[in-house]
Order: sequence, then structure tokens, then C-alpha cells
Amino acid sequence: MLYALVLLPLLGALCAWIVPDNRWRPLVLPVIATIHSIVTAILLGNAPPPSPAGWIWLDPLGKIVLLCISLLFAVCAFYAVGYLSYRRERSNRVLCMGLLVCLSAMSMVTMTQHLGLLWVALETTTVSMAPLIYFNHNARSIEATWKYLLLCSVGIGLALLGLLFLAYSTYVAHHDATLLLGPLMFSARELNPAWLHAATIFLLVGYGTKMGLAPLHAWKPDAYGEAPGLVGALLAGGLVNCAFLAILRVYQICLASGTEIRFFQQALLGMGLISMAFAAVFMARQADFKRMLAYSSVEHVGILAIGLGLGKGALYGALFHLLNNGLTKGVLFLSSGNIHRSYSNKTTHVVKGALTRLPWSGGLFLAGFIAITGSPPFSPFISEYTIVSSAFIDGHYLVGGLFLLFLVVVFIGMALTVLPMVMGAPPANIEPTDYEDRLLTVGPPLFMMALILLLGVWPPEFLVTLLKDGSAMLGVQP
Amino acid sequence: MILLADQLLVLVMLINLVMLGTSRLIFSIRAVAVQGVILGILPGLIHPFSGHLAGITVGIILAKGIIIPYLISDAVRKAHIRREVEPFLGYVPTLLLGAVFTALSFAFAEQLPLAPEHKELLFVPASIATLLTGFLVLTTRRKAISQVIGYLVMENGIFVFGLLLSEAMPVMVEAGALLDLLVGIFVMGIVINHISREFSSLDTSRLRTLKEE
Repeated sequence: MLYALVLLPLLGALCAWIVPDNRWRPLVLPVIATIHSIVTAILLGNAPPPSPAGWIWLDPLGKIVLLCISLLFAVCAFYAVGYLSYRRERSNRVLCMGLLVCLSAMSMVTMTQHLGLLWVALETTTVSMAPLIYFNHNARSIEATWKYLLLCSVGIGLALLGLLFLAYSTYVAHHDATLLLGPLMFSARELNPAWLHAATIFLLVGYGTKMGLAPLHAWKPDAYGEAPGLVGALLAGGLVNCAFLAILRVYQICLASGTEIRFFQQALLGMGLISMAFAAVFMARQADFKRMLAYSSVEHVGILAIGLGLGKGALYGALFHLLNNGLTKGVLFLSSGNIHRSYSNKTTHVVKGALTRLPWSGGLFLAGFIAITGSPPFSPFISEYTIVSSAFIDGHYLVGGLFLLFLVVVFIGMALTVLPMVMGAPPANIEPTDYEDRLLTVGPPLFMMALILLLGVWPPEFLVTLLKDGSAMLGVQP
Repeated sequence: MILLADQLLVLVMLINLVMLGTSRLIFSIRAVAVQGVILGILPGLIHPFSGHLAGITVGIILAKGIIIPYLISDAVRKAHIRREVEPFLGYVPTLLLGAVFTALSFAFAEQLPLAPEHKELLFVPASIATLLTGFLVLTTRRKAISQVIGYLVMENGIFVFGLLLSEAMPVMVEAGALLDLLVGIFVMGIVINHISREFSSLDTSRLRTLKEE
């Protein structure tokens, strides 16, 4: 069952490669995505026990990420059918194959307990996403692809060195190098502190680059800005969460070591606050709305890092926010892709009055903005509130205060871009395009928006249990 | 055997310096290839022979010594360039910096205690020095190809350290890492091709449309 999650998308990629017709090829995506989410739903209910060698086990943390990825991918797959029907002039073979290979690698990330295998899968997601950012084949997108590919490859290379340090520290301790999570945590107290410390730093920098934590986020605005909306959605909701899961694994080891966790939490807090500050500064007066979304993503990975850095009650909030951020970013990127198509422009100089021109997409974009900035009744409000209240309960007044301050600044900055975009009258002299809101381009993000609302007002029982199990794995007493 | 391994590691560090001092791209690519071949030989010198080890040696020499250099030289040929011109930082300063970094990596290696049987080996300083050299090339050169070469040198540095563990690591992970590297370089080669077509140059400092005003 578990292996189906990895093999099925690969099979789909093969199908996408074989199908010769540009019109029918995208249909592979929703078929595979539907089966993938059904299998995911079954596995969330009763996951198989760990594999005999301990390499494969879908633990609660993996389940949370898998849930987010599978949902987001399914929504994007249906959207892709609608979106690609407007892009018939361009071959979508590479796009479809890349998406499916990436889904396979992301599923692998969620279920593996072997840090080496996790690294291989994460690197695969990086490489498979690169051609997708280049989908538009112009000078701007190639620049973005180049930065993304080089910076992420270097970052993930550093993470590999961190992993090797970790493995070597186990070799020094008991002459048996291992990268399996269980044995690593079991023997974490015996590891040489110098090696463990070096490993933690390299892993944090490496996976932090991949996740886009400031000051390692330089590739993010370009890649998110130039990629098609649906690729942006998967980058911001899928790859970010996979990298975050890798950081969670490092966190588990640091926690088990007992001594390293303090440093790791401080570093996460620092990087998280810097990320939020960067986002707050660059969000203001951002004319390109896709780049604005990229900075919003920098802000939210900052929130995730802060939640992890605070520990205790904030962990529940961080894990919940992982899901909320992924889904809300999906809504924002998909609807912004529609707006981009309709105006064939992505700057606020041209894009005005989207609510009038495209009532559905404009409305979804506005709703997504309200949700992502943490307004009730949507679910990001709950998770952000959990994190900030736990900061104050544990006496981190400075962190909590700065967190709130940055949230307010981001809200104002984002509103200054979003409100003129959706309100008012569309400019009269824009060129007409063939895009109009249809079921397949509006329905998927609308479904996701409804989900965010549902999670905000009535989070289902199984999810609450899952999140509690997840935070228990990160050291919270149940 | 240990002595020979150390001599090879010193050779790796010398190649780093050579790479920092040259402007000829084909020459740099060959230097990286030689480093790759040395990387393939090293595990045989420090670990007892086994099938796994032979696989590693063949895999590394094939990937790092032959296929990757071929992919990059192919990109160089297609783009019709031969030299790195006007790096952001001149050759002499980078060479000096490279020497300083090499010295620093020896100091850093003192902090990390190796297992007793690896005590005399220079794996840690060689690895860190190569990693830093890669960084230096990556940040100071303008041409996209030079940046890929920098990335490769960096990867070589990481692999140097990994060789200490080559016996202990599962085959699947090693093969996966090498394969990912190969595919990554392959994709980079394609992107380079498109850059040279789009900008009629491989000067990455021309890639500056995407900036905050």
C-alpha cells in the first residue's frame, strides 16, 4: 500500500510520456492524484507497522505532511487540466512528468525513516521541479530557474555534509554508522557533541535553504514569481513542507540528545524572526503580486520555524500551520495564476478591479489574502494564535511581541498590494485575453478555500488526534 | 596505504588551488575530472576489499571522472566559450583566499575528533578545503559554466568526507546521491544551453532582471 504512493505517480509519469496528444495528456494527473489521495486516506486510518529494517514507516509527522501534499496535489491536478487547456500552444509533456515524479519523491520523503533516503528524495524533488519553473521559456524564467537550481543544489549539498557528519558521529560512538532515525535517537546521548553540533549547523543551513528561511531565501521570489501558478502552489505547499519535515527529523535527534536542542531552538527562533522581518520589509510596495506571495511564503516558513523554536504548546500550532499554510498558499497561487492569465500581466500597475473582471478568481484571491494574514474564521488564525499564545504563556514576551508586530506590518503591506488589485474598476485599455473563469480553474481552489474555512471553525476529530500525536513525537507531554 | 591516501588527499587540495588560478574552462573541467578519479581510488586504500567497495569505485569514477566532465565540456562546446573573463574577484586574490581557507580547514579539523583508525588521515581538512574552494569559485566567477564547476568542486569536497563512511552507507543511498548529482548536472547543462541561446552569452551577471527596485 505504502509503496503504491511512490510507484503509482512514477507509472503516471510513464503514461504522460507515452501519451502523444497535448490535449489528453493532462488527464493523467487527476486520475493518479485521485488514486493517490484515496490510498492516503486509507493509510491515515490504519498505517502499516514499520518495515522490518526500519526504513519505511509512516509516523504521525509523516502523515500530517502526506495529508497536506496529497490534498494539495489533487487540487492542483484538477486545476492543471483547466489551466493547460489555455496553454495548448506549448507542449506539457515535461510539466506533467515533472509534477508526477515530484509527487512520487514527496511521498517518499513523508514515509522514510532513513535520513539518507530522505535526502535523496528531497534532492529529487529539487531537480524535478526545475524544468517546471522554466515552463514559460523566456529570459525571466530561465534566470529564476538558474538561481533556484544552483542555490537549492548547493543548500542540499551542505545538508548532505551534515548527514555525513551525523553518520560519522555514530561511527565514532559505537563503530556502526547509521542514519536510521530510531537508532540515531536511541544513541543520541552518546554522540560526540562537537560532531553533532557541526552536523546540526550544516543540516539547518542546508534544509533551511531548501525551505526558504531568511537569509537563505534569495531564490524564492524569483522562482515563485516566474513559475506558473500551479507550480508555485506545489513549491509553496509541497516542497516547503517536505523540507520542514526534514528539519523536524533533525529536531527529533537534537531533542533526543538532550543538549543540542537548546542551540537548535535558538537558531530556529532567530531565523524565523529574521524571515518574518525580511518578508515584512519586502512585502511593502511590492508591485508584482506573485513575488508578493513568495515573500508571504518566506514569512510563513518563518512562523513554522518560530513555532518549532518555541517548543511545547507552539508545536501543535506549528504542525497545524504546516497544513493551513500549504492549503492557503494553494488557493492564492492558483487564483493568482487565473488573474495573471486574464490580464496577461502580474503587476499591480495593470491588474486592477479583479473582482469585477473575474468575480470568482478575484474573490478567491481576496479570501486567500484574508486567510493567510491570520484573520478569523479561517484556520491559519487558529494555528498562528496557538503559537503566539504559547509564546506568551512560556514567557517569551520579546518573541511573541515581535511576532505580532511583524504580522501587523505584513498585513498592511499585503493589503496595500491586494486591495487595489481586486477592488475598483478594471482599466479600460487592457488587451482582451481568452481566459474566463470556468469550473476547472475555479472549482479546485474554491474547494480548498472551503476546506480552510472548515478547518477553522470545526477541525475534524482525527486531525486533532493526529496533530497531538505529532507534537507528542516532538517532546510534548500528552 | 595510509600514506598513499594522504598523498592523494594533498593532491586533491593542490588541484583546488590550480582551479582557482586558471581562467581556461576546459582545463578546470579536466581538473575536476582528475579529482573525481582520485575520489574513486581513495576508498580502496582505506577500506578492505569487497564487492560493495568495487561498485563504489566504479560508480564514482564513471560519474565524476567521465560522464559529468563530458556533459559540461559538451555545454562549453555548444556555447562557444573558452575562458572565464573578468571574474568578480581576480585570480590572485582568490588564490590567496583559497590558501587561507585551506589553512583554516586544518584548524577546523582539529576540533572534530576522528575515530582512532582514521587519526592520521587528512580527510576532514581536505573535505572542508575543497568545499570552501567550491564556494569561492561559485561566488567569484561570472560564467554559468564556472558556477557549475564550483558546484562540482563543492560536491567533491562533500564526497571526500563521505568516503570515510563508504563501507557503512547503504548502497541505495550512495547510488541515489550519485544519480541525483548526475541528473542535476544534466539539467544544469540544459539550462546553460538555454541561457546562451536567450542572452547570447553565459555571463550570469546579465541575469539581473529579477531584482527588487
